[in-house]
Amino acid sequence: MSILEEAANEAAATVGAQEGAHNVMGRTQWQLTWGRLRSDKVSMIALVVVILMIIIALAAPAFAAVTGHPVDAAYPDTGENAFGNPVAPGVNGFILGTDSAGRDLLVRIVYGARISLFVGIVTTAIALVLGVAVGLIAGYFGGIVDTVLARFTDAVLAFPYVLLALALATVFGPSLLLIMILITFFSWAGIARIVRGQTLSLKEKEYIEAARSLGAGPFRIMFYDILPNLLAPVLVVGTLYIPNAVVFESTLSYLGLGIQPPTPSWGNMLSDASNFYQVAWWYVFFPALFLLITTLAFNLLGDGIRDAMDPRTERLIAARRMRKRSLRRKNAGTPPATVQLQQPGN
Amino acid sequence: MATGERNTTRADTVPDDQVLVRVENVVKHFPVKAGGFVKHTVGQVHAVDDVSLIIERGKTLGLVGETGSGKSTLARCVAGLIPVTSGKVTLSGTEITKLSRRAMRPLRREVQMIFQDPYSSLNPRRRVGAIIGDPFSIHKTATGNERKRQVQELMERVGLNPEHFNRFPSEFSGGQRQRIGVARALALRPKLIIADEPVSALDVSIQAQILNLLGDLQSEFGLTYLFIAHDLEVVRHVSDKVAVMYLGRVGEAAPAEELYDRPRHPYTVALLSAAPAADPDSVLARQRIILTGDVPSPIDPPAGCRFHPRCPKAQEICGRVEPPLVPDNAPGADDVTGPAADAVPGGWAHVTACHFPVVPGEELASAGTAKGELV
Repeated sequence: MSILEEAANEAAATVGAQEGAHNVMGRTQWQLTWGRLRSDKVSMIALVVVILMIIIALAAPAFAAVTGHPVDAAYPDTGENAFGNPVAPGVNGFILGTDSAGRDLLVRIVYGARISLFVGIVTTAIALVLGVAVGLIAGYFGGIVDTVLARFTDAVLAFPYVLLALALATVFGPSLLLIMILITFFSWAGIARIVRGQTLSLKEKEYIEAARSLGAGPFRIMFYDILPNLLAPVLVVGTLYIPNAVVFESTLSYLGLGIQPPTPSWGNMLSDASNFYQVAWWYVFFPALFLLITTLAFNLLGDGIRDAMDPRTERLIAARRMRKRSLRRKNAGTPPATVQLQQPGN
Repeated sequence: MATGERNTTRADTVPDDQVLVRVENVVKHFPVKAGGFVKHTVGQVHAVDDVSLIIERGKTLGLVGETGSGKSTLARCVAGLIPVTSGKVTLSGTEITKLSRRAMRPLRREVQMIFQDPYSSLNPRRRVGAIIGDPFSIHKTATGNERKRQVQELMERVGLNPEHFNRFPSEFSGGQRQRIGVARALALRPKLIIADEPVSALDVSIQAQILNLLGDLQSEFGLTYLFIAHDLEVVRHVSDKVAVMYLGRVGEAAPAEELYDRPRHPYTVALLSAAPAADPDSVLARQRIILTGDVPSPIDPPAGCRFHPRCPKAQEICGRVEPPLVPDNAPGADDVTGPAADAVPGGWAHVTACHFPVVPGEELASAGTAKGELV
């Protein structure tokens, strides 16, 4: 929102209040958060990148169709040079070059995005449901229930995940289902811990006591009174857990415990590429770049949402102060000094 | 509220069918736990210690006392929100202290609470309509449009704009929020409303509005109030009977005017002397008793009379023997003295737990007294 718009809105609100308080529209927490998020450039760029990634992943078949290179098709003639090594970006119509088997790297990366985002979003969603349920129950009931659940949570967090992944992959054989179960299993505990902490403080509020005095049962209180207050932290944690899950999936696939070739995944592509980094930099560079951009975008977006949810954040206070100062200068009618103030959001 | 009735009835005993709530020897201790992984109890907080009182139908019992005296704990015991350690709470003849949560549920409709802090007692993430409609949906008494109609009716009754049912609590002022709390408490048409410092968080002009609203609702719906406050003037204004608590016990109780005109317990006298008066001349004229020391820890309350370490009249016996709560027999107080059997706080008798009650006109002279001092 630009300064002028904001100023106009504020002025309108004041006038409205004077007129009889009927045309003032109360803004909900979500509207306020969205307003703050929109004024944060980094978060908006991150959001755009995240949306782009999702579109790219959804449109993967379109990439294959446009380039004419199906995801698993190898091109030994055009996709490999005389020594049988991958060809560079731009050669023979391979925009990002080819991989060790002479397949189109771009198409494979795009298909890899599908796996990564699918695993990241789905496992985080399941972990959120589990973590919120465990955290709510542990925090609300307390006592022995809390002790058992909290210690179990600690045990999960203390578990060496690569070791467990290795063991399970050896026993059951690596599969998509297995790594999704693994990632979910190691993600819910952190969420449960956060939710438990929040629940412990929320359940002491007077409105919880009010609900109890009305005769509300524990589950009604958990879902109607506590959960709505948890949505903000849960949304932030969720956004920050997606990149974790994406990296986790890549790690497992890199180690050969996750997605198995020929199905492309950023992890197994990097694993294969590590044999070729001396002759084909693009083979390592582009999958790693996509992985980096995706995780960075999710992390920055999560940070931005957290800052927007909590208006006390230092950075935002500073930004607002600066905006106010420039606004005051404008209202006072003084022409801007030689130094042009940078105005965020304009 | 019910000003016309105050002090007009001079029956010594309160007939049984007039008693809505009977609290008998209620004790509430909270364990103090220590240790990390394996917790063990190292002490007990004596929040409420052997309190008995009655609340008459359609009347207001004021409960005063400083922070930590156990007023709120007692209120929560009466509301059935926390289990008592021992003793009984009887509501219209039904003992509620032994009921399970499920069995308690229909009785929840009879007792409702209004909370102190209008900010933390309303869920910030839920709309006002949902908050006031909660009682209906929990007890399944009204759904859909019927619920909305009833919610709007309640909002109108407590002086809110019914069109604002879709707003969030943050869009209302403190006084309006307290009205929302009142509407929520009123929704199930309870018999007893426990108001736990309902106006202490509001500024004075708003306090009067809320108090008047509570008074109007009392006469309209025949409500009974248990009114908790530390503002003595507020309590005097609203209460028919007043009980004074100190460290988990009732020190003195009497009909409101009687208590304010003829306080007997040194603690009550000190409490009344600490209240600022509207007329500064009277402050100059009145002795101000400054109690020395702090309230002793409720984990380890003093032996004998709990007030004796701070009492200007304390003597040797006060530290040994706990004074029983007995009807007042000081000269000039005979007209409100009931038979000893009925001398329960909340009744018409003036009861005091003190070995050396203050005689009307007596000045409390002690090291802790500063006469005529303007503070």
